[in-house]
Amino acid sequence: MSDNYGSIMKEGLWGQNVVFAQLLAMCPTMAVTTSGTNGLGMGLATTAVLVVSNILVSAIRHTVSSQVRIPVFVVLIATLVTIVDMAMNAWLHDLYKVLGLFIALIVVNCAILGRAEAFAVKNGVVASAVDGLAMGLGFTGALTVIGLIREFLGAGTLFAQASNLLGPAFAFLEMKVPGYGGALLMILPPGGFAILGFLLAGKRILDQRMEAKAAEAVGCAVHAAT
Amino acid sequence: MSVSTLAPAPIASPHAHGGNTVSRTMFRVQMALVPATLYGFWLFGWPAFFLWALTILSCLGFEALSLKLMGSTRIKGTLFDGSAMLTGWLLAMTLPPWAPWWVAVVGGFIAIVIGKQVFGGVGQNVFNPAMVARVALLVSFPVPLTLWVAPLPAAGVAGPDFIHGLQVLLGNQSIPDAMTSASLLGYTKTEMTRGVDLAHSLAGNHGALFSWVGTRAGSLGESASLLILAGGIYMLFAGIITWHTPLAVLAGLAIPAAIGHAVDPAHYLSVSAHLLSGAAMLGAFFIATDYVTSPNTGKGQIVFGLGIGLLTWIIRTWGGYPEGMAFAVLLMNALTPVIDRFIKPRILGRDRRGKPLDIPEKQGA
Repeated sequence: MSDNYGSIMKEGLWGQNVVFAQLLAMCPTMAVTTSGTNGLGMGLATTAVLVVSNILVSAIRHTVSSQVRIPVFVVLIATLVTIVDMAMNAWLHDLYKVLGLFIALIVVNCAILGRAEAFAVKNGVVASAVDGLAMGLGFTGALTVIGLIREFLGAGTLFAQASNLLGPAFAFLEMKVPGYGGALLMILPPGGFAILGFLLAGKRILDQRMEAKAAEAVGCAVHAAT
Repeated sequence: MSVSTLAPAPIASPHAHGGNTVSRTMFRVQMALVPATLYGFWLFGWPAFFLWALTILSCLGFEALSLKLMGSTRIKGTLFDGSAMLTGWLLAMTLPPWAPWWVAVVGGFIAIVIGKQVFGGVGQNVFNPAMVARVALLVSFPVPLTLWVAPLPAAGVAGPDFIHGLQVLLGNQSIPDAMTSASLLGYTKTEMTRGVDLAHSLAGNHGALFSWVGTRAGSLGESASLLILAGGIYMLFAGIITWHTPLAVLAGLAIPAAIGHAVDPAHYLSVSAHLLSGAAMLGAFFIATDYVTSPNTGKGQIVFGLGIGLLTWIIRTWGGYPEGMAFAVLLMNALTPVIDRFIKPRILGRDRRGKPLDIPEKQGA
């Protein structure tokens, strides 16, 4: 398992997606995804923390005894989050003003400690890094998609203030639907849960279809062989 | 699929079918709504009729779509059992009569898909679908949802004809300022925030008496409180609803209103104003009595109704919105399972605690 980077990537991005499959990290998912830009920024910050924490945890996994591993992991993660927090405050100040509270809360994001416990302590450094990257990107993708849908329905914009996050070169991403005031509910928490519910249902349907197709293909192969 | 779809013929005797069906009950509730609805059409003209029809059509459309997506085998039967139509009807009764078309369509989607089918369809929903849609619309689009028109006969303006009515529905024609008006609850709330107390703000023609006649601004279901009440009384006598919920809702609203008004008439509306304004009658007789989302026992329904009435009064008096019936109903819907847990019907042959009754054996057998 640990050697097959392709399958690790696939699991992180789709099969074991932090939001859509494991339903972890619901707090930042609901709180931050009021716009696509916020979701993207939060996802990237979490990805950075996740990759480095997975590498560090994997590197020290033989030297830390299992009795004290949790406090050690938490100290590691907290240090990383503090670094990210300060870096964002320095270089992405406008985004930091929006996300500030939640950046600090990455420490208690269950996805990060979860990956440390479920993957990094059992696998090598490179595999753990790939896992952290895959999980982080899956999380980023989920947050961005939810954020974009909520932003579009709730405010009639897409990627508002993206240039704050990505630089002025990405200002072309910012779009506004003319003459649409937006349904405020979608920005509020109930809208977030409703959108998440519909996306979960959509993923289940897709998974079922793919499974059915795979089963059919296997059936055909068996049939052809006999 | 839900487990509780039509059960096969009862196996263990003795069972007799009462002859009642979902569609029959739904049809009779709709009959009870007809007078108030027709009166509303007369008050607010063609736009009100178009909005009503479109709300029901969109509810039926989304119901059919959901059933098809879920692979239901009896789409037609479920679609025409009247439940989706009643949901649409009730929702239309709570909307501003001149609201644009997309309010009806979005409302239909929220009521049927998010409020009902997501939970498993008819009989499975936790919250009253019409109220879910009403609250979602109010929170999402505060401006169109609080834009009331003055009733046409009272305003002395000729109503829009058929074509103009359609244009109002399509949102092409903005409502002339002369025709906009505030409902009683909205008006007093606005005046109160400006520092004008009730004694002054109600001195004009916004008196509570207008409520009895029903020629006043508001949704279809709040203008004609008296006709709604008549429909509710018909349902009581027809045995569709019991007295517990409506009486408890009205009592829960009237008692604190009476106390408040007695203490400080300048800041608390009178009992009649509370009972005859907003969705009080519609909520008490048609919304709160929904079989699916209210408790099973009479005692439970009394607790449920008192809660709705009290919460409505609290929201109307101190809340940010002028009307709180929809919020109150949703809050008490959420509490319904708890109420049902603590107030259970007695099982036949057992006492309240579930122990078998101590029935002495017949002597000399």
